[in-house]
Amino acid sequence: MNSKKNHSVGIITPQTLHFDGRVQLKSGDSLENFDVVYESYGKLNSKNTNAILICHALSGDHHAAGYHNTDDTHIGWWDNLIGPGKPIDTNRFFVICTNNVGGFQGSTGPASNNPSTNQPYGPDFPMVTVEDWVTVQSMVADRLKIDVWAAVIGGSLGGMQAMQWSIDYPSRIKHSCIIASTPKLSAQNIAFNDVARQAIRTDSEFYDGRYYEKNTVPSRGLRVARMLGHITYLSDDLMAEKFGRNLRDIENIGFNYNPEFEVESYLRYQGDRFSQSFDANTYLLMTKALDYYDPAQAHGGDLSHAMAPAVCDFLVISFTSDWRFTVERSREIVKAIHDNDLNVTYAEITATQGHDAFLLEIPDYLNVFTAYMDQVYECTGIKSEDSL
Amino acid sequence: MDQKIKRPDFDIITKWIEPSTRVLDLGCEDGELLKRLGDKFVSGYGVEINPEAIPLCVKNRVNVIQLNLDQGLAGFDDNSFDFVVLSLTLQAMKQPRQLLKEMLRVGQTGIVSFPNFGHWKVRTQLGFSGRMPVSRHLPNSWFNTPNIHMCTLKDFEILCTEEDIRILDRRAVNYRHETSIGLKLFPNLLGEIALYMFTSA
Repeated sequence: MNSKKNHSVGIITPQTLHFDGRVQLKSGDSLENFDVVYESYGKLNSKNTNAILICHALSGDHHAAGYHNTDDTHIGWWDNLIGPGKPIDTNRFFVICTNNVGGFQGSTGPASNNPSTNQPYGPDFPMVTVEDWVTVQSMVADRLKIDVWAAVIGGSLGGMQAMQWSIDYPSRIKHSCIIASTPKLSAQNIAFNDVARQAIRTDSEFYDGRYYEKNTVPSRGLRVARMLGHITYLSDDLMAEKFGRNLRDIENIGFNYNPEFEVESYLRYQGDRFSQSFDANTYLLMTKALDYYDPAQAHGGDLSHAMAPAVCDFLVISFTSDWRFTVERSREIVKAIHDNDLNVTYAEITATQGHDAFLLEIPDYLNVFTAYMDQVYECTGIKSEDSL
Repeated sequence: MDQKIKRPDFDIITKWIEPSTRVLDLGCEDGELLKRLGDKFVSGYGVEINPEAIPLCVKNRVNVIQLNLDQGLAGFDDNSFDFVVLSLTLQAMKQPRQLLKEMLRVGQTGIVSFPNFGHWKVRTQLGFSGRMPVSRHLPNSWFNTPNIHMCTLKDFEILCTEEDIRILDRRAVNYRHETSIGLKLFPNLLGEIALYMFTSA
């Protein structure tokens, strides 16, 4: 842990931006008077050319690297990739991670106060999409005077945002890094999400999303939702390797419904931890944003056509054991990129860890990521700027 | 090792490929060929299976798609490239015939290079020692070689005839990329590396 802290961005204080204006959302609804909380690591250079945007996934937030105080055990979710000397090197880049609206960790979301009712928004918070998040991120960029991102990087749902940036703001992004992602969810993906949502929505403590006013938490539903989700983030092989059929007490099999298999207690622990820390309405919103994402839909299902506005370079990475967003989905993205004659590096990393592999330190993954970020540093002129 | 000695076929391939075209390089390794072709304003994509080669392609600023060629080229549309190159890789493919067809599906013109199993040293090694040949271009033993589909110039040309593939150009060279009257007269005997440019008949 200590050696990690040596290469850490250190203690980070999140910042909050307030926006008075009104944002038109894809659903037809709008959002106004909202906050966006973000963290930043490294220093913006004098020409504002070294900025990188990190987009978080379903259960992530703006706390991507470092820690909040010296006793903090909650290290940023991508701390192993972001920091001095790490693939996303904060000695070179000014790195920003925002908490998407709809979240609950500081940006305006369902748990925030609705000024028109003076109660938490709850179910009245508008449905937000990947496209809406990209719009809000562009407003954050405006505010921070970042005209062009050297790179927008994201894994999973974050990868969708990195992809959408290349389509919606082609002149504002030099590199798009899409990791363990997909251009759209499969029927199976949506099915899993809906089971998770049903677990939450049928919890008697959910109160149609107005549980804040009732002072309850639909923790049973959220717990089941997370347990289900967690299974899809891991692979069969990894679970076999990590837990197998191991029993907690092989001498005394209980023949009851208490957690006896290691995998049961692991999942219950994950579910419990999550249900105590995550907002149920946010979980519902994020899963819907995943389900709705399909940039090709408005182009007759033709992803190459949907990506026609893009001009940036791409890094696409997938993991062989990811059965949630399979390598085939990433290959679809790669095809749409080369159909448009754009530059792409595509790495298909052999890994047993499943979807969550994108959060881990896998040598082949780190090597290609590091090489790519070195190129970002060199070819965007940041390096020559630094050497002046 | 000097790149020219390591890859004697690259000079010829670079000459064959016309400027400002679109190239797919199958089995591109570190992207050296596409990097060289960059001088001719060629836009290209490399395909490579070796994970260690991917960061090298990135360093060479060459587009690379990590893919197993034995799974075919389903990710590429018909006629989406001017040239499709397969250099010193054909002999390691599980389905070389299928791959040649795929090359001409996705591209106008195909270019292959392969170590010639008809070279006199190969013939004499097998003929006199009675053992599988081991050479500069075929350094592995029979049990661990990736080169599972060796052929001679003659074999390749027979396959082209069977598949209605029209050969546009042919070169046989030694490992130093030297050609000679002898190589022109007896390519299948003296050529260490064979190069072909071809299209659909």
